[in-house]
Amino acid sequence: MAEQQVWRKLGLTDREYDMIVEQVGREPNEAELNMYSVMWSEHCCYKHSLSSLKLFPTTGKRVIQGPGENAGVVDIGGGWSAVFKIESHNHPSAVEPYQGAATGVGGILRDIFTMGAQPVAFLNSLRFGNPDSARNRYLFDGVVAGIGGYGNCVGIPTVGGEIYFEPCYGGNPLVNAMCVGVMPTERLVLGKATGEGNLVVLVGARTGRDGIHGVTFASEELSEKSEERRPAVQVGDPFLGKLLMDATLEAIEKKLVCGVQDFGGAGLTCALTETASRAGTGIEIDLDLVPLREEGMHPYEILTSESQERMLLIIEPEKLAAVEEVFRRWELQLAVLGKVTGDGRVVARHHGAVVVDLPAASVAGGAPVYNPESREPEYFSRLAGFDPLTLPPPEDYNKTLLDLLSAPDIASKEWVWRRYDYMVRTCTVQGPGGDAAVIRLRETGQALALTVDGNGRHTYLDPYRGGMMAVAEATRNLSCTGAEPIGVTDCLNFGSPENPEIYWQFRQAVEGMAAACRALDVPVVGGNVSFYNEVEGEAIYPTPVVGAVGLIESPQQQCGLALRREKDLLLLLGPRETSLGGSQYLKSCCGKVAGSLAELDLVMEHRVQALLRSLIGRGLIASAHDLSDGGLAVALAECCLGGGLGAEVNLAQADSPLPAMFGEGPSRILMSVGPENQAAVVEAAGEAGVKICEIGAVTGDALIICHGGDIILKLKLSAMKKAYEEVFSCIME
Amino acid sequence: MKFGVIVFPGSNCDLDSYFLVRDILRQPVEYIYYYEESIKQCDAIILPGGFTYGDYLRSGAIARFSPVMSAVADFADRGGAVLGICNGFQVLTEAGLLPGALYRNDHLQFRCEQVYVRVENNSLPFTRSASLGKVLEIPVAHGDGNYYAPPELLREMKANNQVVFRYTDRDGNVTEGANPNGSVENIAGVCNREGNVVGMMPHPERAGEKILGSKHGLIIFKSIISYFLNREVV
Repeated sequence: MAEQQVWRKLGLTDREYDMIVEQVGREPNEAELNMYSVMWSEHCCYKHSLSSLKLFPTTGKRVIQGPGENAGVVDIGGGWSAVFKIESHNHPSAVEPYQGAATGVGGILRDIFTMGAQPVAFLNSLRFGNPDSARNRYLFDGVVAGIGGYGNCVGIPTVGGEIYFEPCYGGNPLVNAMCVGVMPTERLVLGKATGEGNLVVLVGARTGRDGIHGVTFASEELSEKSEERRPAVQVGDPFLGKLLMDATLEAIEKKLVCGVQDFGGAGLTCALTETASRAGTGIEIDLDLVPLREEGMHPYEILTSESQERMLLIIEPEKLAAVEEVFRRWELQLAVLGKVTGDGRVVARHHGAVVVDLPAASVAGGAPVYNPESREPEYFSRLAGFDPLTLPPPEDYNKTLLDLLSAPDIASKEWVWRRYDYMVRTCTVQGPGGDAAVIRLRETGQALALTVDGNGRHTYLDPYRGGMMAVAEATRNLSCTGAEPIGVTDCLNFGSPENPEIYWQFRQAVEGMAAACRALDVPVVGGNVSFYNEVEGEAIYPTPVVGAVGLIESPQQQCGLALRREKDLLLLLGPRETSLGGSQYLKSCCGKVAGSLAELDLVMEHRVQALLRSLIGRGLIASAHDLSDGGLAVALAECCLGGGLGAEVNLAQADSPLPAMFGEGPSRILMSVGPENQAAVVEAAGEAGVKICEIGAVTGDALIICHGGDIILKLKLSAMKKAYEEVFSCIME
Repeated sequence: MKFGVIVFPGSNCDLDSYFLVRDILRQPVEYIYYYEESIKQCDAIILPGGFTYGDYLRSGAIARFSPVMSAVADFADRGGAVLGICNGFQVLTEAGLLPGALYRNDHLQFRCEQVYVRVENNSLPFTRSASLGKVLEIPVAHGDGNYYAPPELLREMKANNQVVFRYTDRDGNVTEGANPNGSVENIAGVCNREGNVVGMMPHPERAGEKILGSKHGLIIFKSIISYFLNREVV
């Protein structure tokens, strides 16, 4: 009996096991069953999410490669492409924060150069429990160190990111890493094992016993026993990663390879079965030829090890010598494991015996697709019904703003990003700290704007609208720099999809994101789903994270958030409606997560962003900043601190100061404009059908807000700066 | 004149120096790889930043054994101009071409930020176009930049005018707050006794264009170009 249930221990259900027996035509042996276990894990086969992911628009005039490959590829003109992807490394980071985060960065890096693209930037999206606990500070510090440890060493700048703290992430932090690369489009290489008789070659690190069943670990809930999963966490070697990147790119540039696949989750198993299945071919290898770190490794261990810094190359036999020369120059190991066959089977020998003989398409693509049960959670309508205006308003708005500026969610993250090399490659035109980062492209004279955005609290309160808002905010952030959004990649972090209420959150969020992508005309070209983010049945907030890429034709046209000149006018672009529901104010100042979010009109969102880009392109505005967490008051403070200039603002048009200052709503931009350009800006807004309102001017060394003839807030820049900038060094050191 | 940029396994600021020299200064420049045994008729050599050999063991400790380092040492012995930036500085101290050592930053964290450095010696090929006491805004990005030399050595270095740059505030004052890594006496860069080998932790190649935030780093490269121009005239 115990023996019969071995598949259950490997995370497969009885029904899945039956499917495997049927597809293989016999009972699989131990090595084969392990291969199915990793490839049919949620992490690899998306069995609970695939039916929903089909809702995303994945095509468009710029899309060269959508989801399904190692990364998405988007045309930026002139024969060049941007290549990008975001991926989670949550579970490893929960038990080993430094290596978990470092290998997350290494893994996403390989996904980009595997396609033939030179990586140019990293971003990341992080979630932790409140930093008042030592455990959460340890995880936070370790993750930041790991991201820097890998990224700094490989010499790709980490240019942007976001970090939020909520109790629900305490046991299950989120570490989502994004990498962006560029390449001449003709260089694109896919992960396909094409050409019968071609050689199957492994380059890079030796294979060890680390990371065995990492993907299975990623596809289960965390618990006290997760510490025992430490051996499932891989160890990164960024030095080797850098050499592998340079050598692989050189081999691709010299047209020496037909197919490239990195070893990510599920190791050799994934690389073999996916490349064969994509190409409709088979692969035959000898496991004795895999360079190992230790003796006595079982075939299944060799096949499922997730040892880092390894790549699979498919090369024509006559090019082997040239490939060897490229890799030898960097003192890298190269091993010919076998060859591409025509029978659609993945065959592996060990000590002369065939230990694996499976249909590649079944292992890589035969997993079932589920349509999980979905049910609206009880909390949803209860929390949506909460009216924040029933709470007493603050007595002192100065204190409210200072409290918000020093809330870890909002406070300056410089303590984090100064630990990342955000300048290496000397292309970083706008680094961390703004709405989006801007990277110039030496080769084409253009620039890319990059951002990651997600708000778990919003998505918890309203998964559909939260999903929409994540896409809207990400693209809005790009538009604030003047960039046209050209594609997104998403990382969907949720609890267990086998819980109908979680699945409802997931489905709603995906539907919202898909609707926003369609309305804003941005395709989803790749991404990652991370389920089972829960500890002892307590799930995280549903946290879809959107990584977005925008194109700036001329870097001279880009715009930042900092105020630039005294006497410039402050104009508020977009709808007036805000909500305190789900706001940062409600969380940080009232300790409540409740209420309903402001409405998002996608048609208006599209108009606002198009108008903003056109104003920046015409050189009419001096700065632009998206109104986000903390509403207008926080945005004003950030623009003032960015430029070292004060502002005087009159909320004459608002009935009540609280929602006007701290309410949050989408599609709103704070701009500073020279008086000479005011008329042209107002006229353009009128033509575009977008509301615009003059709210004040840049002046002095304090932020002053008036309402009904009274000064209701007055804070010196120095006081705001102290609140905003000293939080993390105080908490962490 | 021709610049050479040394590429070790793990160098990652090599292209930044290369592009600055080629595109901004418009001078000939060539990469020289770690396994090469000649510096290819270059007039000035740059050892760039990065993580040579992963900085495993100790920053720069393995790179100094690369074949190219004998050629670099010969070149330096003959009076050739050598600039080590960040990890390149660490390699030069490990190789014994520069005095002192670079420890882990005193706060134990990697630190990437704009800093100010003051020119303490403007008689060198790499600083001759700067006025003495000139304050330059140049970024740092390192984990092991905490310069140390024992008191006796430091005394000797100061007597020989071997301290080239010090971290200061914007106005050129040497303060504790302006020191990003705990370096002794705020030292950011030093030279050898002869003055032809300079090492510095800040990255002048990252401060060469207005769009990147500062052009102050150019003066170091312009100094070396003017040094060669003048020498050629003589």
